Amino acid sequence: MTLVRIEKISKIYRAGEIEVLALNNISLSIKKSTFVSFVGPSGSGKTTMLNMIGCLDKPTQGKILVDGKQIDSFNRQKRAAFRGEVIGFIFQSFNLFPVLTAYENIEYPLVMIKNEPAKKRKEMILNVLDSVGMLDQKDKFPDQLSGGQKQRVAVARALVTKPKLVMADEPTANLDKASSINVIRLMRNLKDKFGTTFIFSTHDPRIMEEAEITHTLVDGQLS
Amino acid sequence: MIRIFKIALRNLLRYKRRTILTSLLITFGIVLVILFSALAGSFKTMMIGQITDSNLSQMQLHKKGYVLSIDTMPLNLALDSKQYKKIDQLLSSNAEILAWAPRIKLNAMLSNFTDTTNIRLNAISPEKEILVCPDVRSRMTFGKNKDPAVLLNPGDVIIPEKLAKGMELKIGDPIVLVANNKDGSVNGLNFKIAGIIESILGPQGKEGYLHIKDARELLRMDKSEVIEVAIRLHDFNKLEKIYTNLSSKLAEFINKKGKPEFEIHTWEKLSPFSNIAKMIDFMTITMEIIMVAIVLISILNVMMMSVYERVREIGTMSAIGTAPGRIMSLFLVEGLLLGFISAIIGNIIGLTGVYILNTYKISFAFGRQDNILLSPSVKITELIWVSCIVLFISVFASLLPAYKASKMEPVDALGHV
Repeated sequence: MTLVRIEKISKIYRAGEIEVLALNNISLSIKKSTFVSFVGPSGSGKTTMLNMIGCLDKPTQGKILVDGKQIDSFNRQKRAAFRGEVIGFIFQSFNLFPVLTAYENIEYPLVMIKNEPAKKRKEMILNVLDSVGMLDQKDKFPDQLSGGQKQRVAVARALVTKPKLVMADEPTANLDKASSINVIRLMRNLKDKFGTTFIFSTHDPRIMEEAEITHTLVDGQLS
Repeated sequence: MIRIFKIALRNLLRYKRRTILTSLLITFGIVLVILFSALAGSFKTMMIGQITDSNLSQMQLHKKGYVLSIDTMPLNLALDSKQYKKIDQLLSSNAEILAWAPRIKLNAMLSNFTDTTNIRLNAISPEKEILVCPDVRSRMTFGKNKDPAVLLNPGDVIIPEKLAKGMELKIGDPIVLVANNKDGSVNGLNFKIAGIIESILGPQGKEGYLHIKDARELLRMDKSEVIEVAIRLHDFNKLEKIYTNLSSKLAEFINKKGKPEFEIHTWEKLSPFSNIAKMIDFMTITMEIIMVAIVLISILNVMMMSVYERVREIGTMSAIGTAPGRIMSLFLVEGLLLGFISAIIGNIIGLTGVYILNTYKISFAFGRQDNILLSPSVKITELIWVSCIVLFISVFASLLPAYKASKMEPVDALGHV
C-alpha cells in the first residue's frame, strides 16, 4: 500500500536573479512500512526531497501525496498539524532541546502537540525508551549523553507519537562508525516493530546497505 | 501550560548571566520607582497634612471675589450674619462634613513699644478651629502656665517664630496690635504673647493667631461677621466629590446683582504647595516611564537575542509539528517570567529600602522649614500597580521576538548556521 506518492515534482530555489533547479521532474512512490534511502553526492537534492516529503517545504511544480493527503496545497498551520500527526523527524545534529532531559525531550511532542494525558504519556515514553535502550539514561540532559545516545533519544522522540512516516536527514553523519551502524539497525528494527515507514538520506555506503529500497539522486534527478 | 512555564524557566536559567543582568536592570527600575514614590509620596502626604490639618483646612468658603484679592486680606468682603447663617445651615445639612470654623483674616501692625512690624493674623474661634485644624496646636509653643485644654484666650496672641526672633519677643511679653478697619479708621489693642507658632509653607503659614472676639473689637466689626469659613471632612479622599456638591449648592445663592454670593475652594487652590504636589505626581510618572523604558528595552533585547540564538531549536519545534501559536506562547511566557521574577525581587528590595529609610528617618529642610522628618511608606496598591506595569511591558516587549519565532519557516530555521 502506497504511503507517499510523488508526481512530477520540481523545486527551483531563487536567490536574486539566480535560479537553482534542486529537483527536476521527479515521480516515485513509497510503500508503507519500508526502509527507504535517498543517496547521492552533496547538492544532489537529497535534503530538498526529504523536506518536500516531510511537509517542510513545497515543490515549485508537481504534486505530493502523503497518507492520501495532497500536502503541497496545505497552508502553514495545516502543514504543522499534519507533521505533528503523521510524520516524525530525526535530524543530523540530533536537535534535542538542551533544557529538557531525555525523558522530557521524548515527552515534548506528546505534551505540546498531541496533548496526551499524563498516565498514557508516561506509558508511551517508557515503552519507546525501552525500545531504543535508553531507559537508564532517561533523566540525563542532552549534554550528558554521547552522540549515539542523543540520536537514540531523537529516534525515540520521532517514534513516540506513532507516526506513519519517519524522515531522517543524514541521521548518522555526526556519529562514529559503530554508532552509525547501531542507530541505523535500531531504526530498521523499530520499523519492523512499529510498522513505520522510514525515509532517510545518506552518502555513507555502509548505511546504504541497510536500506530496503535505495533511490539515487544526481543533479536533482533520479538515476 | 505548566509545561510551557517549565520550559520557559529552564530557558531563562540556560543563559544565567544574561538573565541575572537583565533581571537586575529591571529590579533597579522597580526599586527606583518604589523608593521614589515612597519618599515623594510621604513628603507630599506630610506636607498636605500639615497644610490642611494645621493651617488652611481642607476647604475654605468666602464671599465671592475674596480669593482673587486674598493677598491684601480685604475686610470689605466679609460674610454678614445673614450670609453666615445660610452657610451654617448648608454645612449642617451635609453629613460628610465633620466641622467648620469661622475666621477673620487681617493685616496689623505689631509693636513691642520700641519696634513695630507688620503681621498677618488669623482670628479664630479656638474651640471650632481645633476641630478643623487638629494639628495647629502641634505647631505652637506655649508658656508653662498655659491650660492645655484652651488653645487661645481673649487678649492672647500667638506670633510666628521668625517674627518673635526678629523682634526678640518672648511668651508673656505685652504687645500692641494696630489695625485699620474696612472704613480706614485705625484702632489698637493691648495683647499678651501666649505662644509662638512655627512657620510652614505658604503665606498663610506665617500667620499669627488671635481670638475672633478680639479681632472683631480691633476691627470694629459686627458680632457675627466673618471673613472665611474653614471646613473639614470626615473623609479627605472624598474632597473632590464634596467640593463639587457644595459648589453646586452654593451656586444657588444669588446676591441682589444676580451674581453668586459665595465661593468655595479646596486647599489646592489656596496653597502654592499644590503645584509642588502636582510636580511630585509628574515626577513619579516620569520615574514610571523610565522604568517602563528599562523593562521594554532590556526584555526586547534579551528576547531578540534569545530568538536569534535558538533559530535551529525553533526550527525543530516547528518541524516536529508545534503550532506557531505554541511557539509564540513559549517566548511570551519567557518574557513574562523574566518580568515576574524581577518584579518579585524588585518589590522585596524596594520594601526593604523603605523599611531602612523608615528606621533611619530622613531629615531635610524645605523652604523655611528645617528638620522635616520623612517616614516613607508605600501602599500595597502602588506595589501591585508597579508590578502590573512590569508584567504588561514584559509581555508587550516579548511580542515582537515571539512573533518572529512563530513565523519562522522550519526549513529555513533548520538550515540556519
